[in-house]
Amino acid sequence: MAKPKLAIYWAASCGGCDIAILDIEEKILGVVDFFDLVFWPCAMDIKYDDVRAMPDKSITLTLFNGAIRNSENYEMAHLLRQKSVVLCAFGSCAADGCIPGLANFCHKQDILEYVYHKSPSLDNPNGTIPQVECRVPEGRLTIPEMWDSVFSLGQTVPVDVIIPGCPPQSDQIAAVVATVIDILKTGKPLPPAGTVLGATDKSCCDECPRERNVKKIKKFVRPFEVVTDPDICLMEQGIICNGPATRSGCGAKCVKAGVPCRGCYGLPINVRDQGAKMVSAIASVIDSNDPEEIERIIATIPDPVGTFYRFSLPGSMLRRVQS
Amino acid sequence: MSFEPRIIGFLCNWCSYTGADLAGTARMKYPPNMTSIRVMCSGRIDPGFILSSFRKGADGVLVCGCHPGDCHYVEGNYKCLRRMLLTRQLIKDFGIDPVRLRLEWVSASEGARFQEVITEFTEQIRSLGPLKLGGLVPEVERTAVHT
Repeated sequence: MAKPKLAIYWAASCGGCDIAILDIEEKILGVVDFFDLVFWPCAMDIKYDDVRAMPDKSITLTLFNGAIRNSENYEMAHLLRQKSVVLCAFGSCAADGCIPGLANFCHKQDILEYVYHKSPSLDNPNGTIPQVECRVPEGRLTIPEMWDSVFSLGQTVPVDVIIPGCPPQSDQIAAVVATVIDILKTGKPLPPAGTVLGATDKSCCDECPRERNVKKIKKFVRPFEVVTDPDICLMEQGIICNGPATRSGCGAKCVKAGVPCRGCYGLPINVRDQGAKMVSAIASVIDSNDPEEIERIIATIPDPVGTFYRFSLPGSMLRRVQS
Repeated sequence: MSFEPRIIGFLCNWCSYTGADLAGTARMKYPPNMTSIRVMCSGRIDPGFILSSFRKGADGVLVCGCHPGDCHYVEGNYKCLRRMLLTRQLIKDFGIDPVRLRLEWVSASEGARFQEVITEFTEQIRSLGPLKLGGLVPEVERTAVHT
């Protein structure tokens, strides 16, 4: 019998998810043993036309990492959806938009203006800005069109399973791969569309070993401003920690190392907006009932939206800055 | 057709909803633009409700609770106050005029106050115009002609 086929693709991403797949170490041998790896631009020389030539639904599993940022990402999302039986949003970018999604706090024009005209490290005397299409002596050249907004994979095409994380933890990836192989071998039914694998249904706080004393605070600080107590909840020490609004599954690695949770595992179950949940959590630790004092305490939070939505802006309710 | 603002009002069961009721039974006139949602306490209002209202087409959101010190559950309205101040900052950073989210304390006996708040807020939102949200579907981007 022919082996099931596996494809791995990157859209708007940093490449960290591809590294995370290799980080499952020797278990990768089991993956290539079980699957026939048909498409992986990061590691194999293969063209998009080769994928277009594949029959529909011929790829058993596609691990799609990266957000949808330009016309190429969009086209590949649709192409891989068409060719795959199971399409997996792999990593935070595909799941909720992640770091590339923070571009939704500005517009395309602002980004191009800064990068090609204002950046201090720039050497662009002619003020050249990349064009979707340009003419050169040899003919017409085109590049994918950058969009004004960034989207998650799930906002573009239907997604079957989601593996969150930036990047997903290697032990979780290995466990998910083992589950998928088991499903394919035994013919068990697939989980319902949109199922989150490789994470739990609780919040990061549930995995966090730090002690909580329901202490309230008068001021928020940044991690470099204080020496943190290794055993007490970081939020109670005045450090913004996204743990209360983040899905667990990472093993609370950051908070165990004294670094606040940044929220890469995305929204916990039954939460629709990570930032809104953070507002609730922050409101609970502010020690004041006086509007003016509350405003002063809020003002000590550096970049509230950028912090609360660091990994989920395109997946949030408002999705982008509106002005 | 002229613009009629759509306003969602989250009213606490013990004070503001009763205050709104009083305005009704006393036949006080106020604009019909608000859809009220009764909640047990203003402390029950998750900031997600506010964002969800805007997302689903509200032009303004009004949150009403008991006066400070009068909360039926002792301090739910203080929790609401902290949440709303931070939510206002949040929507401001999203480029939405923070005036579109209003927090007011209305007691059960303040029917006239409720009438005043609703009338004023409706006119304020009317002058701001409709809230148009962008960047919601990839298909719009796909067909847009970018410069």
